Amino acid sequence: MSKEKVVLLDCWVSPFCMRVKIALLEKGVEYENREEDLFGGKSELLLKSNPVYGKVPVLLHNAKAICESTIIVGYVDETWPSPPLLPPCAYGKAQARFWADFIDKKVFEAGTGIWRSKGEEQEVAKNEFIGSLKELEMALGEKAFFGGDSFGFVDIILIGAASWFYAYEKFGEFKIEDHCRRLSAWLKRCMKRESVAKVLPEPEKVYEFVIQLRKMHGIE
Amino acid sequence: MDNSLTPLVLKRLLVPTLLHLGFRKTLTMADEVVLLDFWPSPFGMRVRIALAEKGIKYEYKEEDLRNKSPLLLKMNPVHKQIPVLIHNGKPVNESLIAVQYIDEVWKDKSPILPSDPYQRALARFWADYIDKKIYVSGKKVWQTKGEEQEEAKKEFIGHLKMLEGELGDKAFFGGECFGFVDVALVPFYSWFYAYETCGSFSIEAECPKLMAWVKRCMQRDSVAKSLPDQHKVYDFVLQLKKKFGIE
Repeated sequence: MSKEKVVLLDCWVSPFCMRVKIALLEKGVEYENREEDLFGGKSELLLKSNPVYGKVPVLLHNAKAICESTIIVGYVDETWPSPPLLPPCAYGKAQARFWADFIDKKVFEAGTGIWRSKGEEQEVAKNEFIGSLKELEMALGEKAFFGGDSFGFVDIILIGAASWFYAYEKFGEFKIEDHCRRLSAWLKRCMKRESVAKVLPEPEKVYEFVIQLRKMHGIE
Repeated sequence: MDNSLTPLVLKRLLVPTLLHLGFRKTLTMADEVVLLDFWPSPFGMRVRIALAEKGIKYEYKEEDLRNKSPLLLKMNPVHKQIPVLIHNGKPVNESLIAVQYIDEVWKDKSPILPSDPYQRALARFWADYIDKKIYVSGKKVWQTKGEEQEEAKKEFIGHLKMLEGELGDKAFFGGECFGFVDVALVPFYSWFYAYETCGSFSIEAECPKLMAWVKRCMQRDSVAKSLPDQHKVYDFVLQLKKKFGIE
């Protein structure tokens, strides 16, 4: 039997790539990580594998390319079924997909608004960001994880984004803990998992990276 | 057990036990399916098509988006948007999520997504592309004028050409069979006349293969019955333009 070849086109600071790495680790899938230099010049493999967007992450499984992080996590879950990331029933799956979609639409947009702007605009972004976290906190309820007792799909989709939370807090001069106590507790719980601890970079490193990004965009 | 005792045993013992064990689907009269929708919404049309493909009977409830019903606000408190699929009292929001839900619950008939994980990932990728690009760029075509409109038209046609490229020489996006990506895209056909008339261009001229695909889809009952008349949609767009003071 030939060995499965799994390659991930990656960027260390991308929250979207982190999702895929965590999912692969949770499933115990061996893979080759290839770091892309998104500012120096994207590799030919990346441009060939993702001709539509030219973005990371791209998962190459036996040379077949899968793009878009949430879709990749779904693919990983279906291809390596154990342990399951999505709930078994159709309704549970629909709920998980809804919150993954919410995170993709709301959390990133508002978070980007925080580091990419100043003054009034930044305040608006901050409020939207906290508002989106509060919605997620309500969905979490008293559960340990979004899926219930086990770390699952929505947890993976959100925890990648969480690697940038420290940077948002520094730029926006606020603390998530002051607004979303239960979500903060969930964050700490996730950080205890081996896959998450291994994948998420040091918050200070991400913060320094975002400082560079801001300079590049001519902010401050 | 004699004949007179059997119905009583069934009613008092067997039915409740089986219900308790989760045989609700086989024993209840019918699934209760409600769709909160708005007639010109391409997103609503996707769900209508999926329900029709599976032959599911449902109650259609038209929403007035200027005066949203308490039911809509209760079932979709996060986005307050249609479509909302309500199955036995439980809401499923976001059109592509609802289509996948329908495909998973009523899995024995007319599959919408392929069974292979890689093909499923591809189908989801293109449905996501349609979500990100078509609605927004199409909207810009009818909402703008002059130079801005020319730019919007270029962008919109560009996205359609990308999709046409992906379709290639296949009958449908998934291959031989009508599927997820077809469901995601074909509702926008009902807006083509509005885009073309507002933007003074012909989609047939720009994307003939895509139009051939549209005709193929429109031969399906599920599609023909779920899409409103293009001229009706155009009249609706004219009203919107008036309301927003465009032209």
